[in-house]
Amino acid sequence: MSVTVRIPTPLRRLTGGADEVQVEAKTVAEAIDALEAKHPGIKERICDEQGEIRRFVNIYVNDEDVRFLEGKDTPVKDGDEISIVPAIAGGAA
Amino acid sequence: MEINFTEEQLERYSRHIILPEVGPEGQAKLLSSRVLIVGAGGLGSPTAMYLAAAGVGTIGIIDADCVDLSNLQRQIAHGQDRLGMPKAESAKKTIANLNPDVKVIAYNERLTSENAREIIREYDLVLDGSDNFPTRFLVNDACFFEKKPLVSAAMFRFEGQLATFKPHEDADGPCYRCLYPEPPPAGLVPSCSEAGILGALAGAVGTMQAVEALKELLGIGESLSGWLMTFDALRMEWRKLRLRKDPHCPLCSDKATIHELVEYEQPACTWQA
Repeated sequence: MSVTVRIPTPLRRLTGGADEVQVEAKTVAEAIDALEAKHPGIKERICDEQGEIRRFVNIYVNDEDVRFLEGKDTPVKDGDEISIVPAIAGGAA
Repeated sequence: MEINFTEEQLERYSRHIILPEVGPEGQAKLLSSRVLIVGAGGLGSPTAMYLAAAGVGTIGIIDADCVDLSNLQRQIAHGQDRLGMPKAESAKKTIANLNPDVKVIAYNERLTSENAREIIREYDLVLDGSDNFPTRFLVNDACFFEKKPLVSAAMFRFEGQLATFKPHEDADGPCYRCLYPEPPPAGLVPSCSEAGILGALAGAVGTMQAVEALKELLGIGESLSGWLMTFDALRMEWRKLRLRKDPHCPLCSDKATIHELVEYEQPACTWQA
């Protein structure tokens, strides 16, 4: 299954500036591993040492938060879009 | 509601009053509304100015910083003649010039676990445009305890996020901790001012925050509660992502473990990516 992973601004340094990356995957976890294979170092920004999605990073399949689907085991199908949405705090300074 | 507009007010607010969704009742509602703006910087500048122009009767602005030359690239409530002035005071001056109907309360201090509930209690709605995670969690928690709606916005480089939180009004409504349960550890996410930001992004995101705040005060349209809106300026794209109440939220669920304000340490700026 070919899915598009949308890369947020804070992680684009790790994808050479690319704002989206195409990967082959059947689940969100596979997509993250495929992303790591293409752009080493990105997985640790998204997942903790146990491979769980970090709590200050939200992952969406299309417009739904995977925490309310099947977490990192959420299946993905051809044409789905995975978005990584990390916490950001800028505003005043 | 008894409405006694002056001639000048009828003219000043005529483009609001003519809107069926606002009308004289809506304008009177705005004039009697009280809004607290946390942070008088990139986001606080456009929100304070648009809410003031719209005739929001009382605006509280809290910020402990003073105007610095590097702020002027995006913080349009301030100017060259305000360098060194407390930002809350400077914003107050700008608002006084925009609309004399507005009463501004300037707090030249930091929001802390000591003062947060007491200050927030005085307002109908809170806008968060702060620049750090500890303040964002403090604002969220204090709004939850005081049962005040919160319109929260944040930005980074070319990207913005916007959401409305009112778990006290809507049983399914999430809070900021449903989105992010606790602040990220230092170094793993950007929260520092060194990261850079395209100046006008603050206007785009702050103005959307002001639009949502006015809708919330007027009680019109569909609330953003339950959604996370993101803006990517490089792709010129707004998106709405579903934001659900976390049944294990440490603050607003029935499994809550947080029952009073928590003050987090502001981590050192170590983020490098």
